[in-house]
Amino acid sequence: MNLEISDDQQILKQAMREFAEGEILPGAADRDEEARFPSELIPKLAEQGLLGIMIPDEYGGAGYDAVSAAIILEEIARVDAAVALLVGSHNSLCSGHILLAGSDDQKRVYLPPLARGEKLGAWALTEPGSGSDAGAMRTRATLEGDAWLIRGDKQFITQGSTAETYVVMASTDPSKGTRGISAFIVDRTTPGLAVGKLEKKLGVRASDTAALHFDEMRVPRENLLGKLHEGFKDVLAVLAAARIGMAALAIGIAQGALDEALSYAKRRRQFGKPILEYEAIQWMLADMATESEAARLMTWHAASLRDAGEPFLRIASQAKLYSSEVATRSTSKAIQIHGGYGYLKDSPVERFYRDAKLCEIGEGTSEVQRMVIARELFR
Amino acid sequence: MDFALSERQQEVQRAARDYAASTLGPVAAELDRSGRCPAEIVAGVAELGLLGREPDFVAYVAGLVEISKVWASLGAVIAVHTSLVCYPISRYGSDAQKKKYLPLLTEQKQLGCYAFAEPSAGSDAGAIATTAVRDGDQFVLNGHKRFVTSGRQARVAIVYALTDPSKGRDGLSAFIVDTDTCGFSVGEPNDMLGLRATGTVDVLLSDCRIPKGNLLGAMNQGFAIARAIVEGGRIDIAAQAVGIGEACLAHSIAKAKDRKQFGRVIAEFEAIQWMVADMSTEIDAARLLMFRAAGMRAKNPEDGRLTLAASMAKLFASEAANRAAYNAVQIFGGHGYLTEYPVERLFRDARAMTLYEETSEIQRLVIERELAK
Repeated sequence: MNLEISDDQQILKQAMREFAEGEILPGAADRDEEARFPSELIPKLAEQGLLGIMIPDEYGGAGYDAVSAAIILEEIARVDAAVALLVGSHNSLCSGHILLAGSDDQKRVYLPPLARGEKLGAWALTEPGSGSDAGAMRTRATLEGDAWLIRGDKQFITQGSTAETYVVMASTDPSKGTRGISAFIVDRTTPGLAVGKLEKKLGVRASDTAALHFDEMRVPRENLLGKLHEGFKDVLAVLAAARIGMAALAIGIAQGALDEALSYAKRRRQFGKPILEYEAIQWMLADMATESEAARLMTWHAASLRDAGEPFLRIASQAKLYSSEVATRSTSKAIQIHGGYGYLKDSPVERFYRDAKLCEIGEGTSEVQRMVIARELFR
Repeated sequence: MDFALSERQQEVQRAARDYAASTLGPVAAELDRSGRCPAEIVAGVAELGLLGREPDFVAYVAGLVEISKVWASLGAVIAVHTSLVCYPISRYGSDAQKKKYLPLLTEQKQLGCYAFAEPSAGSDAGAIATTAVRDGDQFVLNGHKRFVTSGRQARVAIVYALTDPSKGRDGLSAFIVDTDTCGFSVGEPNDMLGLRATGTVDVLLSDCRIPKGNLLGAMNQGFAIARAIVEGGRIDIAAQAVGIGEACLAHSIAKAKDRKQFGRVIAEFEAIQWMVADMSTEIDAARLLMFRAAGMRAKNPEDGRLTLAASMAKLFASEAANRAAYNAVQIFGGHGYLTEYPVERLFRDARAMTLYEETSEIQRLVIERELAK
């Protein structure tokens, strides 16, 4: 038993912190205010290997393990959750699905440009009428000659308007619900693919969230990803792994909020002494730190189970559930410690507070996590 | 990172689990009700190596969790004996002290107790009023101690007393006291909400004369000793709390799968699912914080990060155990309120976890102080 990260991982953490503070932090507040996608950061992220974090070297990736991936996402989210969401979804959802289910050819063709950041990836599962309930999916794919004809609408697609490679879920046998879902790799240039409305959001505003419309979209037959009708199994595996990433993202936000709050509490004086000397403030900081640490250990536990090839579904859901709720609590306390200044757009904790809410919703709401956890416990 | 226990640590854990299930399970409720912890059970725990003998702190903590799942009172007795009596003697004791007392406390299976708190001194060690005055080859101890776990059964006590009252807590010294010494007497058992079989008593020291050789460590080093050993004690409480939490979760799952209302088992209701999901999540987190702190201490008891890690583990696990116990009683409904079901005792025992080895409030003070460094 050793619950501490390795020396290499410690070095990685430090390097990521420096990279995040040096390259990502400077424009974070402006990108948030203007809801502007961080295009200028893509080459820098790619250079650091952050667009192919867990992709093996043979496909142009950095080949990190899941614990290291969690460390990377935490450090990015500590300064900018929108960039962390970009990195997380690009890696765990789109590339993660291709890596999990793709044929050798598909991996050879699609992974290197994704890993090198030449193309961004998106993953299209959610629909207007189908969120957690994937069985209600209405997008249809039918085989016509040498191509799949796909019709339908997708909603809440991260990198929806900026991606060039999409993984799209569609029903190939509507009579079978989730057992009739298949996955497809779709190029941006595919005729019939239209990007819909760009969503305006409470938080992670610099992240690109868009609707997609498929109108008789023709996808080559060989772009079926994984087995016909068995896509949902892969979707669940991709989501379980992505929850570790979302947990790490949440911890990054919580840690960012704690760091800001601690530093402010040392500086801010009221009634003749720094507010850090009041127990009310000390209590909040102590709870924020303790809960973040607990969340971090759970997330690393899930990641290391994944690295060891052991089952991690319940632990990943627990990590995601707990970390996201810690992030919302911690960011709320961080604003409280800042008082009125925390309520201003000038303050980073105002952004953290809005960003944190995403974590309780994305990759399955807290309610879905509790459902998953309880189902595993009552087996 | 490696989240798995080693083979040997698993053996200790398994042996404790088997002992708890076979020997403690059938009798714990009744013994707790009558406030007894019989010598043969103390001997059984000593056989497991948990009374001061287990050299690997992580293995010891894993065993302590298993005992506490079934009988938290016994967990408390083990923890006090091991981390607050045996450990300071082995770390600060002279060769003569170690030779005399450690075999007594391990091979001979005699219990130790720890006399620190007083009516007016809990977390505030500066308020301790017990004195130790040098008289020739002896120290003469006078004072009133409270909350002395195993105080009646113990053969050996660690007693804190002022040797230089002008210095407050920095004038404290620690002493090893044979409990059969003239002037050492115990009062009635402290009638407590939970942990009722811990044999917790007041101790009165009235012209209690002990040899000068029984000073533990140096003169006026008492507070430093108390500070240095408290982290182990806090991790022990985290372990007891994790044990209580795990037991609450296991009883809750079993009950929810068995209990039918409105034509279906209550496990099918989301309200119940939510409670067990949160219990499982928090207890798992508590276990990780506990093992991280335990691993740190096993590697190096003087690790500068241990203070923070131990307080976080203790705070989080003790609070999580209370939430788990609250929800377990809730899942049991009216049955949970009856002494005939185990969650009633778990609920009462959990409450002590946020109090002893210092309250949650003190843990938060410690945590904040470490953060602000």
